[in-house]
Amino acid sequence: MMLNGEAVNSNNGESKMQIRKASGYMEISTKVTIAGVELKNPVMTASGTFGSGMEYSEFVDLNRLGAVVTKGVANVPWPGNPTPRIAETCGGMMNAIGLQNPGIDTFVRRDLPFLQNYDTKVIVNVCGKSTEDYCEVVERLAEEPVDLLEINISCPNVKEGGIAFGQNPKAVEAITAEIKKRAKQPVIMKLSPNVTDITETARAAEAGGADALSLINTLTGMKIDVHRRTFALANKTGGVSGPAIKPIAVRMVYQTAQTVSLPIIGMGGVTCAQDALEFILAGATAVSVGTANFHNPMTTLEVIDGIEDYMRRYQVSDIRELIGCVK
Amino acid sequence: MSEKYKETAEIIKQEKIGTGIYSMWLQTQKIAKAARPGQFISVYSKDGSRLLPRPISICEVNAENGRLRIVYRVAGKGTEEFSRYEQGDTLEILGPLGNGFPLERMEEGKKAFLIGGGIGIPPMVQLSRELKGEKQIVLGYRDELFLTEDLKRSGTVFIATEDGSCGTRGNVLDAIREHALTADVIYACGPTPMLRALKAWAEENQIECWLSMEEKMACGIGACLACVCRSKEVDEHSQVKNKRVCKEGPVFLSTEIEV
Repeated sequence: MMLNGEAVNSNNGESKMQIRKASGYMEISTKVTIAGVELKNPVMTASGTFGSGMEYSEFVDLNRLGAVVTKGVANVPWPGNPTPRIAETCGGMMNAIGLQNPGIDTFVRRDLPFLQNYDTKVIVNVCGKSTEDYCEVVERLAEEPVDLLEINISCPNVKEGGIAFGQNPKAVEAITAEIKKRAKQPVIMKLSPNVTDITETARAAEAGGADALSLINTLTGMKIDVHRRTFALANKTGGVSGPAIKPIAVRMVYQTAQTVSLPIIGMGGVTCAQDALEFILAGATAVSVGTANFHNPMTTLEVIDGIEDYMRRYQVSDIRELIGCVK
Repeated sequence: MSEKYKETAEIIKQEKIGTGIYSMWLQTQKIAKAARPGQFISVYSKDGSRLLPRPISICEVNAENGRLRIVYRVAGKGTEEFSRYEQGDTLEILGPLGNGFPLERMEEGKKAFLIGGGIGIPPMVQLSRELKGEKQIVLGYRDELFLTEDLKRSGTVFIATEDGSCGTRGNVLDAIREHALTADVIYACGPTPMLRALKAWAEENQIECWLSMEEKMACGIGACLACVCRSKEVDEHSQVKNKRVCKEGPVFLSTEIEV
């Protein structure tokens, strides 16, 4: 696991590692805390790109991840959108899956027990078409082995719910407050970039009692197939993700970090440790890897290794020193 | 479920075998040995602006020396990039993916149709090598033939061309009717209109029919739910009437899905 040293047991174990280097020891800590939940490192998976980790566990040791963020789950199964649901764009992609999911019953019976086998934090992404839908899922998860809830109020690909909640600050505050009343786990609100000023929805989520924010969700886009003279996606529009949107995401994380005091999970085009560090330096406490998983299933592990290398190279003993240090 | 591997594969040979059609042999460590007819690999672009892997069906394998052949059509910038690589170049690939054709449905004394349309023809090569029983290989082309000689080695080949330049004028079903062919099992891969017609014809004639489906993919391993097809019954994994082409498929029994 270590690239240029040998890991040895340290006094407090976990992620405080003593690295034996040619010239002695360097102790680094990659631990971060989100709403009281300690992650062994700040690298997690972006909802919708990683399922519940089952498929990717053939390539990725899930024990190494800071957290697995599951694909959005609703109170009942959702069939999603017609195909094609996906299209490549320059330096990114568009999707309009439409939040297909097996519903909370199957999720609790099948996916959560699977994740229990791993020493990683579990963040369940929750979607719904009405406030009641979200609350039903949140209540259902109260006694389940779930560390954090991420509330998807920003999916651009479903007509009801989703983005309808995420673009209006008043609606964001109201649904955050309703969910907070019922949630047993800390609540992360996932914000949409499809707004004029993301700090308004960020402030609204904070006012509603959110414990953390994740941003950004995908940017609404469109691609046209000129040969067939039709839309590339059956849904006409889709969410753009990948490296092409990273500068927008970093800017929004920075703006939000300057505005609210909540911890931020930053995402949007992270493909390597440098990308992840940009988000952290801009103010994110943790980062999610999404689209890059499709290009290289092992991206999350490479990001973790790369962050450790960076910390040793620049003699950073605690990753928390880096969070938001570019102002 | 077979093991999947991410490998850096060296190109042993690449040649153009038709207009925009390329044949590439790759040296793999484990993928060729694990591959079954009808499975596919994900091939990754080296250009950072093209993030999504291209799913390409496995045409032929030589398990002994770990080599695998893909035959693909240049359909966009990604496949155009692949077509420029030469012997000695390497490519990142992931596979083998998907379920493949069920060989066990055939035995000596039974007759099969192996039906390929256009760029759906390549997977029929390895299938024709491994399948037992009598193999009637029905190939549909627009005009230009490719892989015909490879397929003649393992069965009787019937050809249909849209322009009538070779074999039956028309499609694969026209060829089947013209030669009054019958079969116990159908294995097919090709464009959606062909699969739709075969599904209807097979069900009308009560012939077991296995169709290899195609859909736009992202992850290729069943996580992202991009490449679904509609299923007759509620699927165990999805809990809705959707099956993942990359995971439960790409090969489905025709009566289980809607085409």
